[in-house]
Amino acid sequence: MKARIDKTKFKSTSRRELLKLTPMIALGAFAIPGLQESLLKTGLGFSDWASKLLFRSGHLATTFADSELTPFSKFPINDYDVDDPGVDFDRWTLTVAGSVQKPGDYTVAQIQALPRFRQNTRHVCVEGWDVIGRFGGARLSDFLKAIGADLSARYVYVECADDYYESLDMATALHPQTLLCYEMYDQPLTREHGAPLRLSIPTKVGYKQAKYLTDLKVTSILDRAGYWEDQGYSKFYGL
Amino acid sequence: MQMASRTIAIENTKTNEVTEAVFEHPFVIRLCHWVNAVSLFVMAGSGLQIFRAFPSFGAKIPQKDLLNWPKSLAIGGWLGGALQWHLTFMWIYLGTGLLYLGYQVFSGNYKQVLFVSRDISGVWPMVRHYFFFGPKPPLREAYNPLQKHAYTSVIILGVLSVATGFAVWKPIQFSWLAWMMGGFHYARLWHFLTMWAMLAFVFGHLVMVVLHGWNNFVSMLTGWKKDPEYVAK
Repeated sequence: MKARIDKTKFKSTSRRELLKLTPMIALGAFAIPGLQESLLKTGLGFSDWASKLLFRSGHLATTFADSELTPFSKFPINDYDVDDPGVDFDRWTLTVAGSVQKPGDYTVAQIQALPRFRQNTRHVCVEGWDVIGRFGGARLSDFLKAIGADLSARYVYVECADDYYESLDMATALHPQTLLCYEMYDQPLTREHGAPLRLSIPTKVGYKQAKYLTDLKVTSILDRAGYWEDQGYSKFYGL
Repeated sequence: MQMASRTIAIENTKTNEVTEAVFEHPFVIRLCHWVNAVSLFVMAGSGLQIFRAFPSFGAKIPQKDLLNWPKSLAIGGWLGGALQWHLTFMWIYLGTGLLYLGYQVFSGNYKQVLFVSRDISGVWPMVRHYFFFGPKPPLREAYNPLQKHAYTSVIILGVLSVATGFAVWKPIQFSWLAWMMGGFHYARLWHFLTMWAMLAFVFGHLVMVVLHGWNNFVSMLTGWKKDPEYVAK
């Protein structure tokens, strides 16, 4: 037997059901210019928080056979400013500061004295393209230990010869595939790829892999997160 | 019977006319439907802006663009802005999807939507009706077999959009997912194709809403569908 109701009562029942949807108006906050920016910042922050949880320090990025490499000539040269900031190799040092026992200037030879690792890994750009490259260098974790870095600090911050700057969470900095890279395709790093020293971080998107390094700081407080991050990109962007 | 309990007769006391109404869409389903409509719009719009940064699925060098999607039909203004929209609304999209699936399964409401083997025989008569002017098959439940097929497919597409999205966002942490899709490079292509398949559904869905009238549209707002053709007079 069907229930029978009055037309007026049906109208009020329907209206009540419709009004239940009013919480949806909250989504309209995204359309309010004053709120939009902070809401999106919160959303991106939540994504970064989730990314940190998803990161597994022991989980390695896939490595590839030599036959799968993108030819060196087709490995994109990407920078925000100039291909070659004109680093003077003879005078170049990596200036180390922050929470470390041995701050100071480190030469390429000192970094090359650390065990060398070579790996064929995928380089993923935030724009969406990807290439498989061969990178060689010292593990950043080995270098951090060599300089007596406080490994409980939160970040490794770097500055570059072209005024680019970047930061890296400590967990990623200590990842075994994170390299202080001085070689690509078994050859010394070329100027346009960041000579004499760049970061190669297969677990991060391309813009985190700064080139032409000049300064490295171990710290828990960041004044600036990174060139692109400070314009609105993800601070973590782990793959 | 479950169906009968949700059917009511509305009496107009002045004219003594009686119309039937069925409560077709529970609150959670309606909420998910509309929140999802908004998030799908944002995800597609911002996704297309992200795509504009590298509108290709081939090599970077040399780059062959697939299409130049107009900026005016995208959300976010630039890559960084679009990523903020995409990485914010993906959680709303995912949350709505999980709430929807959970509710459908635990309430048993999925029976209304899920395309099952006994619906197969009804597909062709519906196709004949819609596209080849065939007679309209009698409707015995809220959705006809073709509708169920469309709704079930789009739920699968929804799951695929999340799976391909996670493979693009975290190809290393979810390496098994990326591997299933042929690696990061192809996961990006699957993600893109899934979007177009969903947009194709949305287009068809909107056409059908326009064709099938006001009562149908209102039912997704109030839950109540007035004068449904499948209820015996």
